[in-house]
Amino acid sequence: MRAIDSLTIHQKQALWAWVFLAVPIVFFVVVRFYPTLDSAWISLTNWSLFREPKFIGFANYRKMFADPVFWKVFANTFKYLALGLPISLLISFTVAYFLDRVRVMHGLIRGLYFVPYLTTAVAMAWVWRWFYEPVPIGLFNDVLSSLGLPQQPFLRSVDQALPSVLAPAIWAGLGFQVIIFLAGLRAIPETYYEAARIDGVGSWTILREITLPLLRPTLLFLIVISSIGFLRIFDQVYNMTVDGQGGPLNATRPLVLNIYNSAFVDYDMGYATAQTMVLFLVLLVITVVQLRLLRSS
Amino acid sequence: MSQALHRPRIRPGRIVVWTLLMLGGIVMIMPFAYMISTSLKTPEQVYDLRLIPVRPTLKNYAALLADARFLDWFVNSLVTSTLVTVSVLFFDSLVGYTLAKYRFRGRGVVFIAILSTLMIPTEMLVIPWYLMSASLGWLDTYWGIMFPGLITGFGVFMMRQFFMTVPDELIDAARIDGLSEFRIWWEIAMPLVTPALSALAIFTFLGNWTAFLWPLIATSESTLFTVPVGLSSFASENLTRWEMVMTGAAVSTIPTLIVFILFQKYIIRGVVLSGLKG
Repeated sequence: MRAIDSLTIHQKQALWAWVFLAVPIVFFVVVRFYPTLDSAWISLTNWSLFREPKFIGFANYRKMFADPVFWKVFANTFKYLALGLPISLLISFTVAYFLDRVRVMHGLIRGLYFVPYLTTAVAMAWVWRWFYEPVPIGLFNDVLSSLGLPQQPFLRSVDQALPSVLAPAIWAGLGFQVIIFLAGLRAIPETYYEAARIDGVGSWTILREITLPLLRPTLLFLIVISSIGFLRIFDQVYNMTVDGQGGPLNATRPLVLNIYNSAFVDYDMGYATAQTMVLFLVLLVITVVQLRLLRSS
Repeated sequence: MSQALHRPRIRPGRIVVWTLLMLGGIVMIMPFAYMISTSLKTPEQVYDLRLIPVRPTLKNYAALLADARFLDWFVNSLVTSTLVTVSVLFFDSLVGYTLAKYRFRGRGVVFIAILSTLMIPTEMLVIPWYLMSASLGWLDTYWGIMFPGLITGFGVFMMRQFFMTVPDELIDAARIDGLSEFRIWWEIAMPLVTPALSALAIFTFLGNWTAFLWPLIATSESTLFTVPVGLSSFASENLTRWEMVMTGAAVSTIPTLIVFILFQKYIIRGVVLSGLKG
């Protein structure tokens, strides 16, 4: 008797589960899975939006690997990562490490660091763009010249533009990293610190031997999330460079901006999706490698 | 914060550390301070880089609000962000609940499939979405701006984690009382996860409010721009009028700042929840 009862309950449950999942499953298939496969297919076609797509095999990929702009953009994307990740993690860890000990106005200080994370990247990109203007408009050059230092070209220079565009991205993300670090620090059991203090261990050793090793899951999470963020940089570059082109001379153009231009300026959908496949692979490899490296060590 | 009391402390440098952290925090909000300050200046005063304007004026704001486009952009952002948030709250928690509380064949597959969507970058999908929208006439419509975000893998994952903590006994008891499955979810389980729902709501709303790439692609009519897309076009056409660009930036940032000030506690907790559990 009971076996039959429970069976019908199971069947009823399964029925309800599929009723609840029906619309979302259709959504995921149509809006996530189909477009994923579709972009793999589009990358093998010549599709200018105005004509029917034509299958051309790997021609887009061959074109991409022979395109010096693509390689420039590819290198830029990794420059954003290579500069942005260590700088942002170092600053945010330092802030969180000391903020963890502050009791007076802790919430206010934390709020000050966190506010940039919640703002519109577009608005802040324009504020920073204005900061970088030459004298008499730009704040940074005004400060430099009042200190008797030479003016800097910032966004107008092939060498300085990329770090200048990166700065607001780092600035905006610090608050998120600080909060995550703070949560990680709070999760370390107090007893470890007490034991260390009883043994008379110095704070530098405590940091190296206790805090950092126990923060590994937090660090791992932040490295993966932030890497993905820096590799996908777009809003800042689009809004801080002349006509959204990632100049001067493509010096700041990241992969996502190049994808956007291929698709929506040149209307070369095949070439654009071929580049998205590269972005996808890069993100996948970076994530997997980082997870492996940090888990095993 | 009571925990911090027992933390090893850098005693001699405490005031120095506090001062440095505070200074750093002030540096962090300088871009806002200058944005607001410049938005209160006349074109002639823009070259005067003092933080406090000599004779602050609201003329720029009046000029900006007289420009009907800004109102359009606000309404567009408000409507699309709100509707997407409602949809995400409803569907993500329904799916999360189903995956957490029902035993059925295929549950694991559905869960893994939804999780796997987190690995696919939006940039890879925008081109198919654009082509889909173009052929179905969804470009320059609210629906076109909204449809990609109506259900999110991240929210499903987060809500599933929270519904797992709801005791099965409670749900069984409601079944015995004869409540329908839908009402068990809506009236019994949902109220128990309101902290998670509020975190998800705030993040979804802010994420959609500040989104740039997809709304930029999905709209070409300026009357359908969202706030970031509108600001971007407004700023590039006013490049020589920095006081107007800063006013536009201020107007587009103030709503998010207000949301932050009102919900600071939830937002910080939401970051931690989503960061450590998601």
